Amino acid sequence: MNETTRNAQAPRVAVMRSPLARARGLGAARSGVGHWWAQRLSAVALLPLVLWFVAAILSLAGAGQPAVAHWAAQPVHAVLLLCLILASFYHMQLGLQVVIEDYIHADGMKLAALLAMKAACLLLALTALLAALRLAL
Amino acid sequence: MAEFRLPPNSRIGVGKTHAAAGGKRAKAFKIYRWNPDDGENPRTDTYEIDLDQCGPMVLDALIKIKNEIDPSLTFRRSCREGICGSCAMNIDGTNTLACLKPIAEVREAVRINPLPHMPVVKDLVPDLSHAYAQLRSIEPWLQSDTPPPPDAERAQSREERAKLDGMWECILCFCCTTSCPSYWWNGDRYLGPAVLLAAYRWIADSRDEKTGERLDALEDPFKLYRCHTIMNCTQTCPKGLNPAKAIGEIKQLMLERQI
Repeated sequence: MNETTRNAQAPRVAVMRSPLARARGLGAARSGVGHWWAQRLSAVALLPLVLWFVAAILSLAGAGQPAVAHWAAQPVHAVLLLCLILASFYHMQLGLQVVIEDYIHADGMKLAALLAMKAACLLLALTALLAALRLAL
Repeated sequence: MAEFRLPPNSRIGVGKTHAAAGGKRAKAFKIYRWNPDDGENPRTDTYEIDLDQCGPMVLDALIKIKNEIDPSLTFRRSCREGICGSCAMNIDGTNTLACLKPIAEVREAVRINPLPHMPVVKDLVPDLSHAYAQLRSIEPWLQSDTPPPPDAERAQSREERAKLDGMWECILCFCCTTSCPSYWWNGDRYLGPAVLLAAYRWIADSRDEKTGERLDALEDPFKLYRCHTIMNCTQTCPKGLNPAKAIGEIKQLMLERQI
Protein backbone atom coordinates (compact mmCIF):
# COMPACT_ATOMS: atom_id res chain seq x y z
CA MET A 1 0.00 0.00 0.00
CA ASN A 2 1.51 3.40 -0.90
CA GLU A 3 0.94 6.81 0.66
CA THR A 4 -1.81 7.90 -1.76
CA THR A 5 -4.07 4.91 -1.24
CA ARG A 6 -3.59 4.72 2.51
CA ASN A 7 -6.59 5.86 4.53
CA ALA A 8 -5.64 9.23 5.97
CA GLN A 9 -7.51 8.39 9.18
CA ALA A 10 -5.65 5.16 9.84
CA PRO A 11 -3.28 5.46 12.81
CA ARG A 12 0.38 5.01 12.00
CA VAL A 13 1.77 1.91 13.64
CA ALA A 14 5.53 1.83 14.10
CA VAL A 15 5.77 -1.94 14.57
CA MET A 16 3.75 -4.20 12.29
CA ARG A 17 5.89 -7.26 12.93
CA SER A 18 3.74 -10.17 14.07
CA PRO A 19 3.56 -10.93 17.79
CA LEU A 20 5.09 -14.37 17.15
CA ALA A 21 8.07 -12.89 15.32
CA ARG A 22 8.61 -10.48 18.22
CA ALA A 23 8.26 -13.25 20.80
CA ARG A 24 10.79 -15.43 18.96
CA GLY A 25 13.10 -12.44 18.56
CA LEU A 26 16.64 -13.43 17.64
CA GLY A 27 16.15 -16.97 18.96
CA ALA A 28 17.86 -18.61 21.90
CA ALA A 29 21.48 -17.68 22.55
CA ARG A 30 22.22 -21.33 23.46
CA SER A 31 24.12 -20.17 26.51
CA GLY A 32 23.35 -19.07 30.02
CA VAL A 33 23.65 -22.34 31.88
CA GLY A 34 27.40 -21.78 32.31
CA HIS A 35 26.87 -18.36 33.88
CA TRP A 36 24.12 -19.70 36.14
CA TRP A 37 26.21 -22.67 37.30
CA ALA A 38 29.33 -20.53 37.85
CA GLN A 39 27.35 -18.16 40.04
CA ARG A 40 26.10 -21.01 42.21
CA LEU A 41 29.48 -22.77 42.39
CA SER A 42 31.28 -19.59 43.41
CA ALA A 43 28.59 -18.94 46.03
CA VAL A 44 29.15 -22.41 47.50
CA ALA A 45 32.92 -21.87 47.50
CA LEU A 46 32.50 -18.50 49.23
CA LEU A 47 30.51 -19.98 52.08
CA PRO A 48 33.41 -21.71 53.88
CA LEU A 49 35.94 -19.14 52.68
CA VAL A 50 34.01 -16.22 54.16
CA LEU A 51 33.36 -18.11 57.42
CA TRP A 52 37.08 -18.86 57.68
CA PHE A 53 37.99 -15.26 56.90
CA VAL A 54 35.58 -13.80 59.45
CA ALA A 55 36.83 -16.21 62.13
CA ALA A 56 40.43 -15.29 61.27
CA ILE A 57 39.72 -11.55 61.43
CA LEU A 58 38.01 -11.96 64.80
CA SER A 59 40.98 -13.94 66.16
CA LEU A 60 43.27 -11.14 64.94
CA ALA A 61 41.22 -8.40 66.55
CA GLY A 62 43.50 -5.96 68.36
CA ALA A 63 46.68 -7.47 66.89
CA GLY A 64 49.34 -5.13 65.47
CA GLN A 65 50.45 -4.87 61.84
CA PRO A 66 53.43 -7.26 62.27
CA ALA A 67 51.16 -9.97 63.74
CA VAL A 68 48.67 -9.66 60.90
CA ALA A 69 51.45 -9.67 58.29
CA HIS A 70 52.93 -12.75 59.91
CA TRP A 71 49.51 -14.45 59.84
CA ALA A 72 48.95 -13.59 56.17
CA ALA A 73 52.41 -14.81 55.23
CA GLN A 74 51.77 -18.38 56.27
CA PRO A 75 51.30 -20.47 53.11
CA VAL A 76 47.89 -21.95 54.05
CA HIS A 77 46.51 -18.54 54.98
CA ALA A 78 47.98 -16.93 51.87
CA VAL A 79 46.49 -19.53 49.52
CA LEU A 80 43.08 -19.32 51.18
CA LEU A 81 43.21 -15.52 50.97
CA LEU A 82 43.95 -15.72 47.24
CA CYS A 83 41.04 -18.16 46.84
CA LEU A 84 38.76 -15.80 48.74
CA ILE A 85 39.74 -12.83 46.59
CA LEU A 86 39.32 -14.74 43.31
CA ALA A 87 35.97 -16.25 44.30
CA SER A 88 34.60 -12.94 45.65
CA PHE A 89 35.39 -10.85 42.61
CA TYR A 90 34.40 -13.60 40.18
CA HIS A 91 31.06 -13.97 41.97
CA MET A 92 30.66 -10.21 42.16
CA GLN A 93 31.02 -9.61 38.42
CA LEU A 94 28.64 -12.48 37.65
CA GLY A 95 26.00 -10.99 39.95
CA LEU A 96 26.46 -7.40 38.81
CA GLN A 97 26.18 -8.58 35.20
CA VAL A 98 22.70 -9.90 35.99
CA VAL A 99 21.72 -6.65 37.71
CA ILE A 100 22.85 -4.58 34.71
CA GLU A 101 21.06 -6.89 32.26
CA ASP A 102 17.91 -6.68 34.38
CA TYR A 103 17.70 -2.91 34.66
CA ILE A 104 19.60 -1.25 31.81
CA HIS A 105 17.85 -1.61 28.49
CA ALA A 106 19.43 0.95 26.15
CA ASP A 107 21.83 -1.18 24.09
CA GLY A 108 24.86 1.15 24.04
CA MET A 109 24.43 2.00 27.72
CA LYS A 110 24.09 -1.67 28.65
CA LEU A 111 27.30 -2.69 26.87
CA ALA A 112 29.19 0.30 28.31
CA ALA A 113 27.98 -0.48 31.83
CA LEU A 114 28.88 -4.17 31.47
CA LEU A 115 32.39 -3.42 30.21
CA ALA A 116 33.04 -0.75 32.86
CA MET A 117 31.79 -3.05 35.61
CA LYS A 118 33.94 -5.99 34.44
CA ALA A 119 37.00 -3.74 34.13
CA ALA A 120 36.44 -2.35 37.63
CA CYS A 121 36.07 -5.86 39.07
CA LEU A 122 39.26 -6.98 37.33
CA LEU A 123 41.25 -3.99 38.60
CA LEU A 124 39.95 -4.39 42.14
CA ALA A 125 40.68 -8.13 42.08
CA LEU A 126 44.24 -7.59 40.82
CA THR A 127 44.82 -4.91 43.47
CA ALA A 128 43.62 -7.24 46.23
CA LEU A 129 45.69 -10.13 44.85
CA LEU A 130 48.79 -7.96 44.72
CA ALA A 131 48.26 -6.85 48.32
CA ALA A 132 47.82 -10.44 49.52
CA LEU A 133 50.92 -11.58 47.59
CA ARG A 134 53.05 -8.71 49.00
CA LEU A 135 52.09 -9.88 52.50
CA ALA A 136 52.85 -13.50 51.64
CA LEU A 137 56.14 -13.12 49.72
CA MET B 1 16.68 1.95 32.44
CA ALA B 2 13.85 0.17 34.14
CA GLU B 3 10.87 2.43 34.55
CA PHE B 4 9.89 2.90 38.17
CA ARG B 5 7.28 5.60 37.47
CA LEU B 6 4.32 5.48 35.18
CA PRO B 7 4.57 7.68 32.06
CA PRO B 8 2.55 10.94 32.40
CA ASN B 9 -0.38 9.68 30.33
CA SER B 10 -0.71 6.58 32.53
CA ARG B 11 -0.81 8.25 35.95
CA ILE B 12 -4.03 7.46 37.72
CA GLY B 13 -6.41 10.19 38.85
CA VAL B 14 -9.42 10.15 41.16
CA GLY B 15 -12.67 9.32 39.41
CA LYS B 16 -16.36 9.36 40.20
CA THR B 17 -17.98 7.87 43.29
CA HIS B 18 -21.25 5.98 42.98
CA ALA B 19 -22.62 5.86 46.54
CA ALA B 20 -24.75 2.96 47.72
CA ALA B 21 -28.51 3.49 47.55
CA GLY B 22 -29.12 2.26 51.08
CA GLY B 23 -28.49 -1.28 52.37
CA LYS B 24 -26.91 -2.37 55.61
CA ARG B 25 -23.72 -3.97 54.32
CA ALA B 26 -22.27 -1.42 51.91
CA LYS B 27 -18.86 -2.23 50.43
CA ALA B 28 -16.73 0.05 48.31
CA PHE B 29 -15.02 -1.15 45.12
CA LYS B 30 -12.25 1.08 43.80
CA ILE B 31 -11.83 0.14 40.17
CA TYR B 32 -9.26 1.23 37.57
CA ARG B 33 -10.93 2.87 34.59
CA TRP B 34 -9.35 3.84 31.29
CA ASN B 35 -11.02 4.48 27.99
CA PRO B 36 -8.78 4.55 24.89
CA ASP B 37 -11.26 6.78 23.05
CA ASP B 38 -11.63 9.80 25.37
CA GLY B 39 -7.94 10.79 25.48
CA GLU B 40 -7.96 11.15 29.26
CA ASN B 41 -5.71 9.67 31.91
CA PRO B 42 -6.79 6.56 33.80
CA ARG B 43 -8.82 7.13 36.96
CA THR B 44 -10.10 5.14 39.91
CA ASP B 45 -13.89 5.03 40.18
CA THR B 46 -15.52 4.05 43.45
CA TYR B 47 -18.70 1.98 43.47
CA GLU B 48 -20.54 1.17 46.68
CA ILE B 49 -22.77 -1.86 46.61
CA ASP B 50 -24.91 -3.66 49.17
CA LEU B 51 -23.37 -7.06 49.87
CA ASP B 52 -26.78 -8.44 50.88
CA GLN B 53 -27.85 -7.95 47.26
CA CYS B 54 -24.69 -9.45 45.73
CA GLY B 55 -23.07 -12.85 45.24
CA PRO B 56 -20.02 -13.78 47.33
CA MET B 57 -17.23 -13.35 44.79
CA VAL B 58 -15.53 -10.24 43.40
CA LEU B 59 -16.74 -11.22 39.92
CA ASP B 60 -20.33 -11.18 41.21
CA ALA B 61 -19.78 -7.60 42.34
CA LEU B 62 -18.25 -6.58 38.99
CA ILE B 63 -21.20 -8.07 37.11
CA LYS B 64 -23.61 -6.36 39.49
CA ILE B 65 -21.87 -3.01 38.94
CA LYS B 66 -21.96 -3.46 35.16
CA ASN B 67 -25.62 -4.52 35.18
CA GLU B 68 -27.01 -2.04 37.67
CA ILE B 69 -24.69 0.95 38.06
CA ASP B 70 -22.30 1.50 35.16
CA PRO B 71 -22.66 -0.49 31.91
CA SER B 72 -19.45 1.08 30.57
CA LEU B 73 -17.29 -0.90 33.03
CA THR B 74 -15.25 -3.29 30.89
CA PHE B 75 -13.75 -6.61 31.97
CA ARG B 76 -13.32 -10.16 30.67
CA ARG B 77 -15.21 -13.05 32.22
CA SER B 78 -16.65 -16.30 31.04
CA CYS B 79 -16.90 -19.46 33.14
CA ARG B 80 -17.17 -17.89 36.64
CA GLU B 81 -15.65 -21.06 38.14
CA GLY B 82 -11.89 -20.66 37.77
CA ILE B 83 -11.35 -22.74 34.67
CA CYS B 84 -11.26 -20.25 31.78
CA GLY B 85 -8.78 -17.74 33.19
CA SER B 86 -10.58 -14.77 31.63
CA CYS B 87 -11.22 -12.70 34.77
CA ALA B 88 -7.57 -12.53 35.90
CA MET B 89 -6.95 -9.13 37.49
CA ASN B 90 -5.19 -7.49 40.40
CA ILE B 91 -7.51 -7.53 43.41
CA ASP B 92 -6.44 -6.04 46.73
CA GLY B 93 -2.83 -5.97 45.50
CA THR B 94 -2.63 -9.58 44.35
CA ASN B 95 -3.18 -11.07 40.92
CA THR B 96 -6.00 -13.58 41.04
CA LEU B 97 -9.23 -14.66 39.38
CA ALA B 98 -12.21 -12.44 40.26
CA CYS B 99 -14.48 -15.48 40.19
CA LEU B 100 -12.41 -17.33 42.81
CA LYS B 101 -11.76 -14.35 45.12
CA PRO B 102 -14.34 -13.99 47.92
CA ILE B 103 -15.26 -10.38 48.69
CA ALA B 104 -15.17 -11.33 52.38
CA GLU B 105 -11.39 -11.88 52.17
CA VAL B 106 -10.87 -8.15 51.54
CA ARG B 107 -11.24 -6.15 54.75
CA GLU B 108 -11.21 -2.57 53.43
CA ALA B 109 -12.42 -1.23 50.07
CA VAL B 110 -11.80 -3.70 47.25
CA ARG B 111 -9.13 -2.23 44.96
CA ILE B 112 -9.25 -3.70 41.46
CA ASN B 113 -6.68 -3.05 38.73
CA PRO B 114 -5.81 -4.77 35.46
CA LEU B 115 -2.97 -7.32 35.46
CA PRO B 116 0.19 -5.29 36.16
CA HIS B 117 2.62 -3.98 33.55
CA MET B 118 0.67 -5.05 30.47
CA PRO B 119 -0.73 -2.65 27.88
CA VAL B 120 -4.36 -1.88 28.75
CA VAL B 121 -7.03 -2.31 26.09
CA LYS B 122 -9.76 -0.79 28.26
CA ASP B 123 -10.53 -0.68 31.99
CA LEU B 124 -9.66 -4.13 33.38
CA VAL B 125 -8.82 -5.72 30.01
CA PRO B 126 -5.07 -6.16 29.44
CA ASP B 127 -3.48 -6.81 26.04
CA LEU B 128 -1.99 -10.30 26.33
CA SER B 129 -0.95 -10.65 22.65
CA HIS B 130 2.76 -10.81 23.46
CA ALA B 131 2.30 -13.37 26.25
CA TYR B 132 0.16 -15.53 23.95
CA ALA B 133 2.79 -15.25 21.21
CA GLN B 134 5.46 -16.30 23.70
CA LEU B 135 3.36 -19.35 24.54
CA ARG B 136 3.09 -20.13 20.81
CA SER B 137 6.87 -19.76 20.49
CA ILE B 138 7.59 -22.69 22.81
CA GLU B 139 5.38 -24.93 20.64
CA PRO B 140 3.08 -26.27 23.37
CA TRP B 141 1.97 -29.43 21.65
CA LEU B 142 3.18 -33.04 21.46
CA GLN B 143 6.06 -33.50 19.02
CA SER B 144 7.25 -36.96 18.17
CA ASP B 145 9.08 -38.65 15.28
CA THR B 146 7.69 -42.06 16.20
CA PRO B 147 4.23 -42.41 14.68
CA PRO B 148 1.50 -43.34 17.14
CA PRO B 149 0.53 -47.04 17.20
CA PRO B 150 -2.17 -47.72 14.61
CA ASP B 151 -5.66 -47.24 16.02
CA ALA B 152 -4.28 -46.63 19.49
CA GLU B 153 -3.11 -43.82 21.71
CA ARG B 154 0.50 -43.30 22.77
CA ALA B 155 1.00 -45.32 25.94
CA GLN B 156 2.22 -43.68 29.13
CA SER B 157 2.85 -45.36 32.48
CA ARG B 158 1.10 -44.17 35.61
CA GLU B 159 4.44 -42.82 36.90
CA GLU B 160 5.12 -40.96 33.65
CA ARG B 161 1.65 -39.46 33.68
CA ALA B 162 2.04 -38.42 37.32
CA LYS B 163 4.94 -36.14 36.29
CA LEU B 164 2.46 -33.86 34.52
CA ASP B 165 0.40 -33.25 37.64
CA GLY B 166 0.70 -29.66 38.79
CA MET B 167 1.23 -28.51 35.20
CA TRP B 168 -1.70 -29.63 33.10
CA GLU B 169 -3.98 -27.72 35.48
CA CYS B 170 -2.60 -24.35 34.31
CA ILE B 171 -5.41 -22.29 32.74
CA LEU B 172 -3.10 -19.63 31.25
CA CYS B 173 -4.63 -16.69 33.11
CA PHE B 174 -1.11 -15.09 33.27
CA CYS B 175 -1.56 -14.05 36.91
CA CYS B 176 1.94 -15.43 37.56
CA THR B 177 3.66 -13.90 34.55
CA THR B 178 2.28 -10.42 35.29
CA SER B 179 3.26 -10.69 38.97
CA CYS B 180 6.92 -11.29 38.10
CA PRO B 181 9.27 -8.27 38.38
CA SER B 182 11.66 -9.92 35.94
CA TYR B 183 8.81 -10.07 33.44
CA TRP B 184 7.96 -6.42 34.14
CA TRP B 185 11.52 -5.29 33.35
CA ASN B 186 12.35 -7.74 30.57
CA GLY B 187 9.05 -9.16 29.35
CA ASP B 188 10.02 -8.51 25.75
CA ARG B 189 12.61 -11.32 25.99
CA TYR B 190 11.96 -13.22 29.23
CA LEU B 191 9.27 -15.85 28.66
CA GLY B 192 7.76 -15.56 32.14
CA PRO B 193 6.53 -18.25 34.54
CA ALA B 194 3.31 -19.26 32.74
CA VAL B 195 5.09 -19.95 29.46
CA LEU B 196 8.03 -21.68 31.16
CA LEU B 197 5.60 -23.88 33.10
CA ALA B 198 3.96 -24.79 29.78
CA ALA B 199 7.42 -25.46 28.30
CA TYR B 200 8.32 -27.79 31.15
CA ARG B 201 4.95 -29.54 30.83
CA TRP B 202 6.11 -30.73 27.38
CA ILE B 203 9.72 -31.35 28.43
CA ALA B 204 8.41 -33.61 31.21
CA ASP B 205 5.95 -35.45 28.94
CA SER B 206 7.24 -39.00 28.36
CA ARG B 207 5.54 -39.14 24.95
CA ASP B 208 7.35 -36.08 23.60
CA GLU B 209 10.54 -36.74 21.62
CA LYS B 210 11.79 -33.16 21.20
CA THR B 211 13.10 -32.68 24.73
CA GLY B 212 16.57 -31.64 23.54
CA GLU B 213 15.24 -29.18 20.98
CA ARG B 214 12.92 -27.73 23.62
CA LEU B 215 15.84 -27.22 26.01
CA ASP B 216 17.91 -25.71 23.15
CA ALA B 217 15.16 -23.18 22.50
CA LEU B 218 15.07 -22.14 26.16
CA GLU B 219 18.80 -21.92 26.86
CA ASP B 220 19.16 -18.18 26.79
CA PRO B 221 20.19 -15.56 29.36
CA PHE B 222 16.87 -13.79 28.83
CA LYS B 223 14.26 -16.36 27.77
CA LEU B 224 14.93 -18.56 30.82
CA TYR B 225 17.63 -17.17 33.08
CA ARG B 226 15.89 -13.88 33.92
CA CYS B 227 14.11 -15.99 36.56
CA HIS B 228 15.78 -15.06 39.85
CA THR B 229 13.56 -17.29 41.99
CA ILE B 230 11.52 -14.35 43.27
CA MET B 231 8.57 -16.76 43.72
CA ASN B 232 5.80 -14.21 43.16
CA CYS B 233 4.48 -16.61 40.53
CA THR B 234 3.94 -19.46 42.97
CA GLN B 235 2.54 -17.16 45.62
CA THR B 236 -0.06 -15.61 43.34
CA CYS B 237 -1.21 -18.64 41.28
CA PRO B 238 -5.00 -18.87 41.79
CA LYS B 239 -4.85 -22.58 40.95
CA GLY B 240 -2.20 -23.31 43.58
CA LEU B 241 0.43 -24.38 41.03
CA ASN B 242 4.18 -23.91 41.34
CA PRO B 243 5.71 -22.35 38.21
CA ALA B 244 8.92 -21.53 40.12
CA LYS B 245 9.51 -25.26 40.71
CA ALA B 246 8.98 -26.01 37.01
CA ILE B 247 11.53 -23.32 36.09
CA GLY B 248 13.94 -24.84 38.63
CA GLU B 249 13.48 -28.24 36.98
CA ILE B 250 14.28 -26.76 33.57
CA LYS B 251 17.48 -25.18 34.94
CA GLN B 252 18.42 -28.53 36.48
CA LEU B 253 17.97 -30.34 33.14
CA MET B 254 20.05 -27.65 31.41
CA LEU B 255 22.87 -28.45 33.81
CA GLU B 256 22.32 -32.21 33.65
CA ARG B 257 23.10 -32.29 29.93
CA GLN B 258 26.30 -30.27 30.46
CA ILE B 259 28.01 -32.26 33.20
